[in-house]
Amino acid sequence: MAVEAFQEAARTTGSPTAEAVRRLKKNPVAVLSGFIIVSLILVAIFAPLIAPHAYDFQDRAYATLPASPDAKHRLGTDNLGQDTLSRMIYGARVSLTVGLVVQVIEVTIGIALGLLAAYKGGLWDTILMRVTDAMFAFPDLLFAILLVGVIRPTTVLASFLTVFVALAIVNWPGMARLVRGQALALREKEYVEAARAIGVSGWGIVTRHLLPNMLSPIIVAVTVDIANVILAEATLSFLGIGIQPPYPSWGRMISDARPYMRSAPTLILYPALALGVTVLAFNFFGDALRDALDPRLRE
Amino acid sequence: MLIYIRNRLLLAIPTLLAVSFITFFLGYLSPASPIDIMLGQHSDPAIRKSLEHEYGLDRPPLVQYGNFLWNALHGDLGRSFSNANRPVTQMIAEQFPTTALLACLAMVTALLLGIPSGILAALNHNRFADRFTMSAVLLCVSLPAFVLAPVLMLIFSLHFGWLPSSGWEGPSYYVMPVLVLASRPSALIARFMRSSMLDVIRQDYIRTAFAKGLSPARVLLKHAFKNAFLPVLTVIGNTFGFLLTGSFVVETIFNIPGIGYESIQSILRRDYPVIQGVALLVAAIFIAVNLIVDILYAVIDPRVRYEEAR
Repeated sequence: MAVEAFQEAARTTGSPTAEAVRRLKKNPVAVLSGFIIVSLILVAIFAPLIAPHAYDFQDRAYATLPASPDAKHRLGTDNLGQDTLSRMIYGARVSLTVGLVVQVIEVTIGIALGLLAAYKGGLWDTILMRVTDAMFAFPDLLFAILLVGVIRPTTVLASFLTVFVALAIVNWPGMARLVRGQALALREKEYVEAARAIGVSGWGIVTRHLLPNMLSPIIVAVTVDIANVILAEATLSFLGIGIQPPYPSWGRMISDARPYMRSAPTLILYPALALGVTVLAFNFFGDALRDALDPRLRE
Repeated sequence: MLIYIRNRLLLAIPTLLAVSFITFFLGYLSPASPIDIMLGQHSDPAIRKSLEHEYGLDRPPLVQYGNFLWNALHGDLGRSFSNANRPVTQMIAEQFPTTALLACLAMVTALLLGIPSGILAALNHNRFADRFTMSAVLLCVSLPAFVLAPVLMLIFSLHFGWLPSSGWEGPSYYVMPVLVLASRPSALIARFMRSSMLDVIRQDYIRTAFAKGLSPARVLLKHAFKNAFLPVLTVIGNTFGFLLTGSFVVETIFNIPGIGYESIQSILRRDYPVIQGVALLVAAIFIAVNLIVDILYAVIDPRVRYEEAR
């Protein structure tokens, strides 16, 4: 009887993933922010095809002062005669690339060190906890500003690398702590003990039992972290020490447009809007994802 | 308690050393020399030599670092490379009051906005007021200062002409920078206040207080708020970090002559002594604020006893 009830429940609810997707689909905010994120990714990938002009193309006819929109430049141009729409499209590339690359570095370091600390314990654990404590003891964006500010890259490539490294350095401790905590909790579960009892190797336990089970908190953390990293990159670029020109970053566009706030307010509003919508989408999606993956967390 | 404070202060020493070490050696390893910035690329080698000697840049890095530490212990953070050779401590002393005022006003604003809206959201759990407040919170967390500030400037300075758009000359100049700086902290405080309040109002003693016929206002203020506020206190310590970082951006946008503005200018000019001095100052303030918060915690909540937890 009880077995049949379970089977019935399993048939109607499906796998945990399918269940999470079903719950996400029922949440209009999640659907909208998911749609925005997917569109942004497509825009970033196909930027050269979508953008009407190259990001560094300076239209001489429009130079010296920002121009209002016309048929040739749909969102107008900046003071260098560069097409605002094209630069916004390439700006999406910067934000998403930085967000993604930093997350990949952060998750790799976080999983490696978190598992090491949880599994080896002892000295490894003490070192990890002390180092992360020290990192948490200092405002992270300020640390990134100091790191990037002192190195002060001047070329586009160097500036990308510096921003990746600086933001990864300040962001990995949170992920390492999360993985460590999860691993410590999961290690005590019966099924892990059972796996160990039937002789599964340490590596097998980590890859087949621990990692899949800590995937949902990691995914949620990554989604919310992407939003923070995108904001951090924009802040660095706004301050003039992030991604270097001629490559466009939304933060830099906002900063460059400030002198023309009175004459060309849209020049500042468009990148500000793009940044705000992107970060909001990731934050809302992260929240919805947390609710969908673990309904118990909902208050 | 005194032993606890002493231990915490002793722990601050390695943190400050690490901060000074990292900023010093990043500066040392940086590809461009500040002398290049002062003189331009094609300068007379003799002048270069004498300037490098004057600033001690020709000595081995460890000696330079040792000197920096020794002088810092005596209250001398060196001289600015670019700003007419002024002592860094003097520059910091002149600009710090502005940043401190900005940060304190923002902190007060964040508390005044965050605490009531968090309580309001908790009391209307899952109803409109809650959803509205939490959406506003997410909006404030997502919109950085340099997005919020231009929008406010466009509305209040350029369109209505009510507030000055930049500078720091009187109370009317304070409104926008303080609001912009307070937006993220107030959102974080509201979020914590809400979840902490939700935890507390489900407790038995709150039900008891209501059951014995106390007025809702009395229950909320006397019984619920006091206990719900404790976790929020910890957030306030962390919030201070946001305020310090935020002041870098906000001071730059609004042209406010404070530590943050000066630091960004120094970073752009590669004025390392100023960067090092500010990094040390910020680290020290951050450590001090977190220590004060932890002590307050013990004062408010008698259950927290640091001597035993040592």
